[in-house]
Amino acid sequence: MSVKKFVVGCFDDEKTLFPAVKNTRKAGYKIHDVYTPFPIHGLDHAMGLRDTSLHTAGFIYGMTGTTTALTFMSWVFTKDWPLNIGGKPNLPLPAFIPIVFELTVLCAAVGMVLTFCYLCQLAPFVRRDHFHLRATDDLFVMPIEITEKTNAEEVKAFFKSAGAVEVFEKSAETGWWLGRYDSTKKAFEKEEEIVTA
Amino acid sequence: MSLLRYESQVREPLVDGHKTYHDVTEDICKPVEAAPSRLWWIGFIISVALLLFGVVSLYKEVVYGTGMWNLNKTVGWGWDITNFVWWVGIGHAGTLISAILLLFRQGWRTGVNRAAEAMTIFAVICAGQFPIWHMGRVWMAFFVMPYPNTRGPLWVNFNSPLLWDVFAISTYFTVSLLFWYSGLLPDMATLRDRAKKKWAKAFYGVASFGWSGSTKHWQRHESLSLVLAGLSTPLVLSVHTIVSFDFATSVIPGWHTTIFPPYFVAGAIFSGFAMVQTLMLVTRKVMNLQDYITISHIENMNKVIVLTGSIVGCAYLTELFMAWYSAVKYEQDIFFKYRIAGPYGWSYWLMMTCNVITPQLFWVKKLRRNIAFTFLMSVVVNIGMWFERFVIIVSSLYRDYLPSSWSVYYRPTIWEIGFYMGSFGLFFTCYFLFSKYFPVIAIAEIKHILKKNGESYKEQMDPIEAQTVEQFAHEQAH
Repeated sequence: MSVKKFVVGCFDDEKTLFPAVKNTRKAGYKIHDVYTPFPIHGLDHAMGLRDTSLHTAGFIYGMTGTTTALTFMSWVFTKDWPLNIGGKPNLPLPAFIPIVFELTVLCAAVGMVLTFCYLCQLAPFVRRDHFHLRATDDLFVMPIEITEKTNAEEVKAFFKSAGAVEVFEKSAETGWWLGRYDSTKKAFEKEEEIVTA
Repeated sequence: MSLLRYESQVREPLVDGHKTYHDVTEDICKPVEAAPSRLWWIGFIISVALLLFGVVSLYKEVVYGTGMWNLNKTVGWGWDITNFVWWVGIGHAGTLISAILLLFRQGWRTGVNRAAEAMTIFAVICAGQFPIWHMGRVWMAFFVMPYPNTRGPLWVNFNSPLLWDVFAISTYFTVSLLFWYSGLLPDMATLRDRAKKKWAKAFYGVASFGWSGSTKHWQRHESLSLVLAGLSTPLVLSVHTIVSFDFATSVIPGWHTTIFPPYFVAGAIFSGFAMVQTLMLVTRKVMNLQDYITISHIENMNKVIVLTGSIVGCAYLTELFMAWYSAVKYEQDIFFKYRIAGPYGWSYWLMMTCNVITPQLFWVKKLRRNIAFTFLMSVVVNIGMWFERFVIIVSSLYRDYLPSSWSVYYRPTIWEIGFYMGSFGLFFTCYFLFSKYFPVIAIAEIKHILKKNGESYKEQMDPIEAQTVEQFAHEQAH
């Protein structure tokens, strides 16, 4: 990805965060993202994000599991190796229920978690630039990207008026790279610099 | 809109003390970041010693065969399968708390769900050991998997409850692990961002998968949690149902009953909650988490215990009634001659006392809120639940249809006991490591409910509580 410049506003209360998000969008600034320590219901809609379709993916994975289990067991018991088990029917559907159910759940769960990790780009040894270390503690962190068209000072003043407790400029890598959090090695050359803390 | 923000004071706050978001982080992360205490080392070393005893016992069993155990002609399942069912049962509380209570929107689950889920995973790992090593030739354990083999391919019997068990337990383990770990990611990121030491930065960095807390990620995370909870709810009920099929689909008197699935599920929740109580009461004290796992959390769990204990009691009585009502003499003999009386009668009455009679004391509110009593009861319940499985398995087997093959009194050998002790070692070794290096309470989830269920918020409701009905209606209407 690439290194971009941001003005970062940090809020410490949902009560100031929601109007701030609303006003930022109204003012025409593009919100890069809002980093929060816990899920805040309604924030995704306030930011104008569309709903996730992860659950649809889950349904498809589940159905894949169901059909796999059903067709496989039917094939084994009727085509590949029909066994006479105490004179019972070769296609005992009720006896298939437990395994069909378990495989449905297994496929749905594993598929959804993998899709979740893929969509969010989460994996062991994935390293990202974080705007503020307290974004996983008690701050709601909202960076706005600085382009030629944006005036950084104006954005800073805007954040201050919106009730931000901390405002600063920061260059950050927007993507991820393979690395560990204990090494200082960066994916890019330029050192990060906080202009005003 | 404002009406929705009102929260009755009849419900006690879920987080005591006037906490801010930062306080929550501090309180839960402090014990993780501190050096292990002496008490922790003592507990950990005892657990590892027990685990080693288990390893030696298993070595004996693998080298010399299952003859090292006292299983005999009719008692082909003894301590091993008793322990399997007991551990699986214990492993039900975690997913119940995190999945079913999530769907029922029970806010109090946030205080205990993380540790309960961890306990579930460790209990299922312990449970899995018993059927695997009971196979005898354990190096052929992979035969239970349906893979294209050179023996035909001769497939496994998909009609067998024992195979259903393989699928149920492995699915349950996988889904519980995914559910637990996906919930853990944001909290690992919290620890990563607080880490000062190099190893901690590296460990929590890798473990948090590069979690940033982005709103889009949270949105997907919420969707994932909800669907996983929806999937886990029938899953948790299916697992013990299938375990009960191991018995119920056979034609052994005392096993061949249709009441087994609900009876086993209730028993599983019963023993699982008891184990959660045992662990939580110690954890909250040692790690100073009384503000997050409050007396009302403990009381709620005791209510579940008294409910499920009563269901189990009903099931015991139904079994006796059905044995009599069926007019099948084998069924009647098992229940009335060999189970409630006979050489194993003591175990039946021990089970009855521990599971049905003593938990009824939890109808008394004072006792539900008494920590020492709750701790004692949680241990009693798990002893009772172990004996329930022992009674079901051994008392149905030791005198079968053919009196000439009636077995002598079944006693475990030291290696059977060692295997059981080893599973305790495994369980507690895992739990000690978890409680030291992982956040035992879901930090993000506590913060999520803090503004609604914290003590400070509850106090804001004081003036509203003081209002008359007319005032309240007038004010909330606008």
